[in-house]
Amino acid sequence: MTGKTTKEIVARAEALYDDLDFTAARAWKEAEPGRHVIGHLPIYVPRELIHAAGMLPLGIMGGGDRLEVIHGDAYYQSYICRIPRSTIELGLSGRLDFVSGMLFPSICDVIRNLSGMWMTLFPDVYVKYFDTPQTFEDEIGGQFYIGEMRELLEGLERIAGRKVTDDDINASIAVYNENRALLRELYALRAELPWQAPASEAYLVARAGLVLPVEEHNAMLRDYIDAARATRRPIKDNAKVILTGMFCEQPPLNLIKSLELAGCYVVDDDFMLVARWLTEEVPTDGDPLEALSHAFLHHSMSTAAKYEPDEAEKGKFLIRAMERTGAEGVIFASTSFCDPALLDRPMLQHVLDEANIPYIAFKYAENSGQMQPIREQAGTFVDSIKLWSAA
Amino acid sequence: MKPTIVKARPDDVQKDASMILQKEMMARHYDRLCDAPMTGEKVASTFVPGNLNELIMCFDLVNNLPEVNAIQSGLRKKSGQYIMEAERSGHSEDVCTYVKSDIGMMMKGNIGPNGRELPKPDVLLLSYTGCFTFLKWFELLREQYKCPTIFLQTPYMADGKITPNMIQYMVRQLKEDVIPTLEEVSGVKFDIDRLREYLKKSAQAEDDLVAVLQSAKHKPSPIDAYFGGIYYIGPIFGAFRGTDDAIEYYKFLRREVEERIAKGLGPITPDGTMEGEKYRLVVEGPPNYTSFRQFWKMFYEEGATVVASSYTKVGGTYDFGFRHDPDRPLESLAEYCLNVYTNRSLPMRIDMLVNYINEYEADGLLINSIKSCNSFSAGQLLIMREVEKRTGKPAAFIETDLVDPRYFSAANVKNRLESYFQMVEQKRSGKGAAA
Ligand code: SF4
Ligand code: SF4
Repeated sequence: MTGKTTKEIVARAEALYDDLDFTAARAWKEAEPGRHVIGHLPIYVPRELIHAAGMLPLGIMGGGDRLEVIHGDAYYQSYICRIPRSTIELGLSGRLDFVSGMLFPSICDVIRNLSGMWMTLFPDVYVKYFDTPQTFEDEIGGQFYIGEMRELLEGLERIAGRKVTDDDINASIAVYNENRALLRELYALRAELPWQAPASEAYLVARAGLVLPVEEHNAMLRDYIDAARATRRPIKDNAKVILTGMFCEQPPLNLIKSLELAGCYVVDDDFMLVARWLTEEVPTDGDPLEALSHAFLHHSMSTAAKYEPDEAEKGKFLIRAMERTGAEGVIFASTSFCDPALLDRPMLQHVLDEANIPYIAFKYAENSGQMQPIREQAGTFVDSIKLWSAA
Repeated sequence: MKPTIVKARPDDVQKDASMILQKEMMARHYDRLCDAPMTGEKVASTFVPGNLNELIMCFDLVNNLPEVNAIQSGLRKKSGQYIMEAERSGHSEDVCTYVKSDIGMMMKGNIGPNGRELPKPDVLLLSYTGCFTFLKWFELLREQYKCPTIFLQTPYMADGKITPNMIQYMVRQLKEDVIPTLEEVSGVKFDIDRLREYLKKSAQAEDDLVAVLQSAKHKPSPIDAYFGGIYYIGPIFGAFRGTDDAIEYYKFLRREVEERIAKGLGPITPDGTMEGEKYRLVVEGPPNYTSFRQFWKMFYEEGATVVASSYTKVGGTYDFGFRHDPDRPLESLAEYCLNVYTNRSLPMRIDMLVNYINEYEADGLLINSIKSCNSFSAGQLLIMREVEKRTGKPAAFIETDLVDPRYFSAANVKNRLESYFQMVEQKRSGKGAAA
């Protein structure tokens, strides 16, 4: 234990969050010649492969509410979500000029098309649309996925100018296993003692992992968990809720804080799925691509961007999260114009209806300013949950 | 000078013989679908892009296409109320209106364009090609119909090429998932020779379709490759690919178009033949169906013919050489899916439109951006810039929706089109379009 306080750790995480120039990632790159940074969009890429090639994966979640979008709006109609335009803005304003490659995971048509836009706008950068299987048999989807990972590796090897061995990848899997275990611990702590590790803090600490080397992030997580456990904070009469639908474009930090102010203990969410995507420890003693593929197919999170082959399983991840965390309700928060989240929402709501679980829903954009309506809606929700549980 | 529309019977909607034939085919298909509960035929719902009609026929299944149903609802001015119905039941106002039109139609008794109830599907063949919405759409339908759902994933052609990994993946899915499940649902054993036979027929019709679409290279163009094109693609993008009916239809259509060329005729419009072609356009994006004729009229009244469009490639890009191949049946089905327009990367889409402008000697590009369709719309503004840059031809942008009447503003669209035609004129007279 380093003896850092939660305040100090969160302040560092918030500084990283606020830094739209990615100074930390730039400094990492400049520290040694031949280093490369590879950007990626939400939801999931196997960061182990980037790490194994000696590179820094840099998670890009749009520009938030702090970036002034000047050029980006000229690339998108008003009826498309904000994350692609603020990401374009980051690119055109030179903020990503130190990045050697950009990966666009297969989340939705917007991110998919953005990959082609990036190829057109930044022809000198390595751009890869990272396709993932939506069928989950090892011999079918698994083989395809291994093929996709091989292609990605070849691209990375070309940039690195060296081969990446299985041992390299296994070693990287081990560090990321640790990262995932720590995140699981952080989420367990939030569920158990939410007043000790508020969602807005946990969010920042988890999000720091998108821009820091994983080893450094592991240390930060460890420090935060220890400090959060050690700090006594007052218990409030809040309701435990789960947030869902925020897997891509991020809400302003203020939105999370507003939910807390409105009386919510947010005990689970779908932020930063990239870091939590694989839900179990990935073996490090065999063929690493097979291990990553197996984990992807059989032990990964559920989200709107993924096909659910078994109808009976649809939405069950929310019920399980409720049981795991002891949450009392669900908040559907979706980005405006986000087809995956908004098309998925009614199906998830039907599952909750059947299980008699209360929920509310609203939309946001990464630059939403007015929090009052959301705070009021969440406040009423919390009140009704309390009434309900008292009845 | 205004173009002349030659009207035979002034108050009638004018149609070519091929259009009447096409209409009959579609009507026959809808009747067959609605009769299915009586005849015992089983129904497979599936999507237009990546529509595996030949495979579906191998199992004696009838193909039902929810997108086509949504189009029909749009044309019959029913989609607006269906969309509202879906929104009232909890669907967001932000999402694809095809889905909401379909769901609303289902909630209102699933009445097809023939006024009869459409049957419940026996299987949902979720061929996921070129649009993520498909995935959610059939999850939503599965929730209602509780029927087996088969998933076929088409990888995205992000790097402008088809890799062996993509083909292997698709063929494995076909062999190990799609075909066995279709056998189970239908009770019919798969016969690859039957598939080869259908594929051979598909290729024949595809040759004629390409000849029809490419006839627009003539001046004047004998066809409108967007508004008229939608009629032409109906049978081959729908339930007829692989049938003798399709072969006959496309032969007939081709002859009809060749006659028009021989006579130097322009395209047929609902008001008769358009004479005096003034503008040749390439159009990107789907049309608006709720005011389809009004929209079309804004073009032909100004003497504008669409000589090539990307929308007529959503069910296959045959003009770039792809044909279904009976010698490589499963691989060929995979390539077909991979090649559909919406599965092509943005740079490929740009190349395609640039190529159309050059090859069809068009005056420029018009983009009809669909408010609720991310698959088409996200990135169109960049497409517009790039095509303008590479061709030196003016481009314009209009915004409507496929089937949501709330997003069709006739006055706005007309204004935009008028100023666009002025831009084309300026460009022609060498004054540039800087304003
Ligand atoms: S917010 Fe939704 S629609 Fe927008 S890019 Fe992300 S997943 Fe796609
Ligand atoms: S391509 Fe567009 S209109 Fe068609 S289903 Fe997808 S989002 Fe909807």
